[in-house]
Amino acid sequence: MTIEELQDIGKIEKEKQEGFKYRIHVCVAAGCLSSQSGLVKEALEKEVARRGLESWALVKGVGCLGLCTAGPMVAIEPDGLLYQGVSVSDASDILEALGGPPVNRLDCSAHLPFFARQRKIVLENCGHIDPESIEDYVAEGGYEGLYNALRTMTPAGVIEQITKSGLRGRGGAGFPTGLKWTAVSKTKSNVKFVICNADEGDPGAFMDRSVLESDPHRVLEGMAIAGLAVGANYGFVYVRAEYPLAVKRIRTAIARAERLGVLGRNIFNTTFSFDVTVRLGAGAFVCGEETALIASIEGRRGSPRPRPPFPSELGLWGYPTLINNVETFANVPPIIRKGGAWFASIGTEKSKGTKVFALAGRVNNTGLIEAPMGTTLREIVFDIGGGVTGDRKFKAILTGGPSGGCIPAQFLDMSMDYESLAQVGAIMGSGGLIVMDDSSCMVDVAKFFIEFCMSESCGKCVPCRVGTVQIYNLLKRITEGGGKPSDIELLEELCDLVKNTSLCGLGQTAPNPVLSTMRYFMDEYKAHIEDKVCPAGTCHMNPTE
Amino acid sequence: MTRIRVATTWLDGCSGCHMSFLDIDENIIQLFDRIELVYSPLVDFKTIPENIDLALVEGAVSSEADKEEILTLRSRSKVLISFGDCAVTANVPGMRNQFSVMETLSRAYIENSASGQILPSGFVPKLLEYSRPVHEYVTVDLFLPGCPPPAGVILSILNDLIDGRPLSLGGKTRFGA
Amino acid sequence: MRYPAFLQRIADRADVQPVRILTFSINGQAVSAREDETILSVARENGISIPTLCHLDGLSERGACRLCIVEIKGSPKLSPSCVTLPRQDMEVITNSDRVLDYRRKILELLFTERNHICSVCVSNGHCDLQSLTTELGMTHVHYDYLHTRHAVDASHERFSVDHNRCVLCQRCIRVCEEIEGAHTWDVMGRGYLSKVITDLNQPWGESTSCTGCGKCVQVCPTGALSEKGKSVAEMTKKRQFLPYLKLMRGDESR
Repeated sequence: MTIEELQDIGKIEKEKQEGFKYRIHVCVAAGCLSSQSGLVKEALEKEVARRGLESWALVKGVGCLGLCTAGPMVAIEPDGLLYQGVSVSDASDILEALGGPPVNRLDCSAHLPFFARQRKIVLENCGHIDPESIEDYVAEGGYEGLYNALRTMTPAGVIEQITKSGLRGRGGAGFPTGLKWTAVSKTKSNVKFVICNADEGDPGAFMDRSVLESDPHRVLEGMAIAGLAVGANYGFVYVRAEYPLAVKRIRTAIARAERLGVLGRNIFNTTFSFDVTVRLGAGAFVCGEETALIASIEGRRGSPRPRPPFPSELGLWGYPTLINNVETFANVPPIIRKGGAWFASIGTEKSKGTKVFALAGRVNNTGLIEAPMGTTLREIVFDIGGGVTGDRKFKAILTGGPSGGCIPAQFLDMSMDYESLAQVGAIMGSGGLIVMDDSSCMVDVAKFFIEFCMSESCGKCVPCRVGTVQIYNLLKRITEGGGKPSDIELLEELCDLVKNTSLCGLGQTAPNPVLSTMRYFMDEYKAHIEDKVCPAGTCHMNPTE
Repeated sequence: MTRIRVATTWLDGCSGCHMSFLDIDENIIQLFDRIELVYSPLVDFKTIPENIDLALVEGAVSSEADKEEILTLRSRSKVLISFGDCAVTANVPGMRNQFSVMETLSRAYIENSASGQILPSGFVPKLLEYSRPVHEYVTVDLFLPGCPPPAGVILSILNDLIDGRPLSLGGKTRFGA
Repeated sequence: MRYPAFLQRIADRADVQPVRILTFSINGQAVSAREDETILSVARENGISIPTLCHLDGLSERGACRLCIVEIKGSPKLSPSCVTLPRQDMEVITNSDRVLDYRRKILELLFTERNHICSVCVSNGHCDLQSLTTELGMTHVHYDYLHTRHAVDASHERFSVDHNRCVLCQRCIRVCEEIEGAHTWDVMGRGYLSKVITDLNQPWGESTSCTGCGKCVQVCPTGALSEKGKSVAEMTKKRQFLPYLKLMRGDESR
């Protein structure tokens, strides 16, 4: 296939769709599907048929529109109208309103800042294209990056663009992607692997799921470009089995991409081949750690091993392996299409591009958002997020899930980038954001997350296996009213021990929520221990012992 | 020379540590030139006196009575030593900790009892939920592990204490011993 | 260093290149080593002791017990010496206060996890865990004991496993898989609920893969695995077979 042929596919698809006067986009990602958007889509299709408008209005399932809290979401193109909370019974009114004034009761314009303040790179196609149609992806410039990389660039040139872009790993640690790719490309081996880490495990995080559900080809294209760059011909998508829709869509995408010749044998009629296989994870949080993930793909128990050697040297079945997160791969096609310099012009000095966040907790607009690096927390919570629910007082925001930290109100004007977050004892993490108001007890929050890490510890190394239990027991005692003044020191000691001596990232970061809440909300700990009072009123204090 | 006032007590344990203490044999004569035993199961005082210089505690804290004893003893002693594995780790008494008090009692007094089959009540002190080491209740100044700690170690530690020499177990005794 | 078998094949490929000899220092003492030797093995060759628990000469490394952590000058991270290879001019410190303190605390955590009652243990006096308390100067545990409940499986005709005394070092798993080749043992469960199991969690006596060789019993650092008929303090472990087996299989060249 030539670039012209590829572009023709896109052009034909575009013309086909633009032949319809109206295109009704119904979100069919997991959030809206769970509030019956599938039925809404059916009802709209039936209504179109009933009115005999099949050649005039197109009903199309699209990926995540972002504002999950207001689902099911429906968008009307080309008017740019957005409807929220649509139900089956609204189908008739929606069609009636086409070409006239919108259906007021479904109007979503109050949420305008939610959309206006975002900038979409990773999610650029989400809510526009049909995730199960490769032609739709191609129509938006899809696989052109891969074509360019194959036909007009050298592998070294691809890596150069990625390095120039300043892209950093979106899975949590923020390791420079260009460096990782360079390391794998430099390791000599006939066989290499590319793995896409879609084992999203943080409570409250759904970035990777949404990307896979809404725009799976973007991830495949990113992986193929990576395979070309580092010299790998095989790719694995490791995705948790709890994401059945994401699994289905990525499998459909693989099949369609192979049929089109943009994946599999002799891509674009070149000598480059790249096969992608989906592997399901059984939902262990630790399998998001790269060496545990590799073990799991190999069919062994998902527990991490010490690094070095890093997977770039000894990875899957002992071969050099590149592992990146879903969002990292999703950033690759636009970087190759538009150049590393373009990407580097977005964001802050050390954190480039945008970041996708799953905004959850006590905030009005929960959903999937994407904002440039350097956006302040205040913009995210109050502009995009629409502020705290029920006019309560903002207390803290947790970034990075169970490995992250709680950031208090005094840092609301802090820029969201890797360095600033580290300075206040938090991490970027994979992008889960949980907003908490004054009804949240910070000791209870710390207990929740350490309990999560305690149950998800693989049990291999002693500090993580036993230390997390000790920390949990102390916090449990404190939240039940049995805390002693010496518990604070003991907590600090255990957190330090687990952080510094655990084998993998899970243990090394598990104490972060405890440490950050102790740093900013010590008064709450003291109230629990000394006065036997939970200031937020969450904990049932029962000081018996 | 004034003799230092020493107390020893026997909480939940087998008395083996006290036996080991007595195993210092003839050295006991010289030792008693230097110490005065003011409270101990080895002698006949019934109440814990004030102004104890040194207290040796054998056994884990398993019952209400143990708890009361250790709190009082600590408040009246300058230096307190966890004496032997039961005091240091709860040891054998602590083996019941994976079971509930009820399970433990019914195993002893009902399942394995040929006659009676009644749970003790009233006349014996109530068991605490867990049998715990002494330092979970009071501050401990020195830990002397061992089941029991060897007689020689007991003697040398006592002499070091009396002479004000720095204390070091130096691997001379360990858990289990 | 010996990697697990699946990695070792790959590591072997690299052996076509001659191994370099490096010089570096441990606690200020200059030492030399092959680049593929671990810091732990170099230290021990030079008479510098580093405590270990999951490590056993002859088995692949796990890096799991974290007792062999050392400091490397210039790095804020602590490195497990059993899986860390030296670099030229590296300065390793095995006995800083920070490291000694962490090791003791990790050992204390192990004692809180299960029910390690030395005084009534078959391995009393011959136990790696017990010896570590004197080696690391641990006289008591200042964390709370977890009081977890564990079973004893005495279904095998010659051996028994007491999970109360297991430290999850995985030596039994490794010796069974790597030396005996049976892979009877493995781990089930996560975190503090992890447990070593025979076959698919069947009673040991009903295991169809177990050859009854008893190597697992001999390498077990504690009294968790023991021979039946042994009373308190009677279970001494014989581990001499491991170096011999290694030698006979030509593994010693590494």
